[in-house]
Amino acid sequence: MSVSGSNSRALPWALVTPALAWTLLFFVLPFIAMGFSSLTAHEGGGFTSANYSQFFIDPSYWRAMVNSLEVTAIVTVISILLAYPFAWILAEMVPERWQRLALMLAVLPFWTSYVVRSYSWLLVLAQNGVINRALTGIGVIGEPLQLANTRLATVTGFVHFFVMLLTLTIFANLKQLSPSYRKAAADLGAGPVRTFLHVVLPLTLPGIMVGAFLTFVLCIGDYITPQILGGNNELVMPQLVMMQIGRRGDFPLASALSIILMAVVTIAYLACARWLKIERA
Amino acid sequence: MTTTARYPLSTLKSHLAAACAAAALLLAAGGAEAADLNALIWCDHSDPTLLEPFEKANDVKVNVKEFEGTGAGLAIVDQSQPGDWDVMVIDSIDVPRGVEKGLFEPLPEDKLPFADLFPEVKMDKSTIVDGKRYGITEKFGYNTIGFNKTKVDPADMQSLASLTSDKYKGKVAIYDYYLPVIGMAALAIGKKTADLTEADLPALKAELLKMKANAKLVGEVTASQTALATGEVDILVGGGEWVTAGLAKENPALDFSIPKEGAVLWSQSLAMFKDSKNKDMALKFIQYIMSPEGQARLATSSCYWGMPANKTAALTDEQKKILRFDEQPGFLARAQAYPAPNADLDKKMQDMWTEMLQAQ
Repeated sequence: MSVSGSNSRALPWALVTPALAWTLLFFVLPFIAMGFSSLTAHEGGGFTSANYSQFFIDPSYWRAMVNSLEVTAIVTVISILLAYPFAWILAEMVPERWQRLALMLAVLPFWTSYVVRSYSWLLVLAQNGVINRALTGIGVIGEPLQLANTRLATVTGFVHFFVMLLTLTIFANLKQLSPSYRKAAADLGAGPVRTFLHVVLPLTLPGIMVGAFLTFVLCIGDYITPQILGGNNELVMPQLVMMQIGRRGDFPLASALSIILMAVVTIAYLACARWLKIERA
Repeated sequence: MTTTARYPLSTLKSHLAAACAAAALLLAAGGAEAADLNALIWCDHSDPTLLEPFEKANDVKVNVKEFEGTGAGLAIVDQSQPGDWDVMVIDSIDVPRGVEKGLFEPLPEDKLPFADLFPEVKMDKSTIVDGKRYGITEKFGYNTIGFNKTKVDPADMQSLASLTSDKYKGKVAIYDYYLPVIGMAALAIGKKTADLTEADLPALKAELLKMKANAKLVGEVTASQTALATGEVDILVGGGEWVTAGLAKENPALDFSIPKEGAVLWSQSLAMFKDSKNKDMALKFIQYIMSPEGQARLATSSCYWGMPANKTAALTDEQKKILRFDEQPGFLARAQAYPAPNADLDKKMQDMWTEMLQAQ
């Protein structure tokens, strides 16, 4: 009896040990190493907090964080606004037998390389790209607009990618939603708008928040899209981190900036943790 | 029902055994590479037309790893075992950084064609440390003004002042590397690149901000080259033969100038690792790269063109014309050294660059 009891206590630990070992080896230990590095002086070694204070003292450094947060917020909001109706149409209006194909088409952008996709957008948005040629061709504008190498270009590249991600999480949530909720709301006299606002939307909030959080994390940590599409006309945090490594190899400062970025992601997680229970999504 | 479903543990064990065997094979293959030549390089050295003749002649495999930026290159070395690498391509001004870390082996001057190099690019100040030579310049060029001569007035490109004039507002891209562009800003305000100090930073910053105000983008190699080639911009600050020469056939309108204020001379060197297990082959590789044939192939590499450091490089007349080989004495006379700040000034320059990038 006692052997069986100890077995039942040991089994859960045995099952989670590989995951814990993986996390310890590939996350906790590197994170501790990065923490030590961030508190080390680049020249001459030795303990210092200068790598952190530089971020708060130098306006061009914290400006990178502000840029990151602004871009990420804009991308997340636009992606949700576009993805929700898209997911709704897929879940409610597309016949069941076509949904698989429609979903496959929706995730097609994931099949291409991230770098290739970003450069493709550069060609579309360039001065002599598709959009400017079309607009000048039909006489809407006289001179080409500057679309590439701007924040708009960065946001466009991000939104193209993250709309698909959010569509998937919201679609999954909508499919889990029993039709009886809407029927009950209708029986109680609620119209379609009221039903959506007071029943469907709150119940699909977990799907939105899971997708929004993934968008936030992936967007704020992305280097490729702002580097290719933003034209370096403003820096975001990952670009600032990379700058420290290229020529000077200043890993301590790069580590400190990475940890600050991670702290922001953690705060974002805590802010929406109540909606991030996977089983509800 | 499949075997996998019936005996998951035994299947897992057999998969583990297979994985272990595969890992052992990979390790063995990794060990075998020690007999090859392992080179830390820039992208111009990965061109098969450059490497294959050496590999065939010496029956050796050259394993290359590309990197950008000395910091990134030295980080790769830090993360490797001593002896993993045999040779390294490095910014000539950064050779002392490798020497300080105890990485490089002095080069035998008598076995390398130093007498054939353009004297101005030997870079003795940085390639010789404590009387010993640790690097040999293999390729050089200019960070200057690259432009599309059908879109701008070539006469304007003879002055750095054009880069900040309203005439070319929104037509300019800036190469995203702080040292050469700060060097150009120094030339624009009449400073010598070799004499820059912290006291010069405010004036340099003002000049950089004027450049930024005129610029459409600040891009790394590919982005700035693409912007000039596709007509997104007409001028590239920091551009030179490394941007225009390789595209000469497809886009003969691209050209570069050495303005009256001068240009910044860039140069890359080859160094041998002190802990190399294959020093004879490493020296042969350096000798090959510095030979007339190797120099011609390196100069016209598919990644980017540049001037060969060896005057006897076996370039065709057409290649010499594209590289403006015969004009080099005049260019070199007007070119100034790449800024080589100490660690403290280097950090301040990079922070100034960050400020420029963030300026709206």
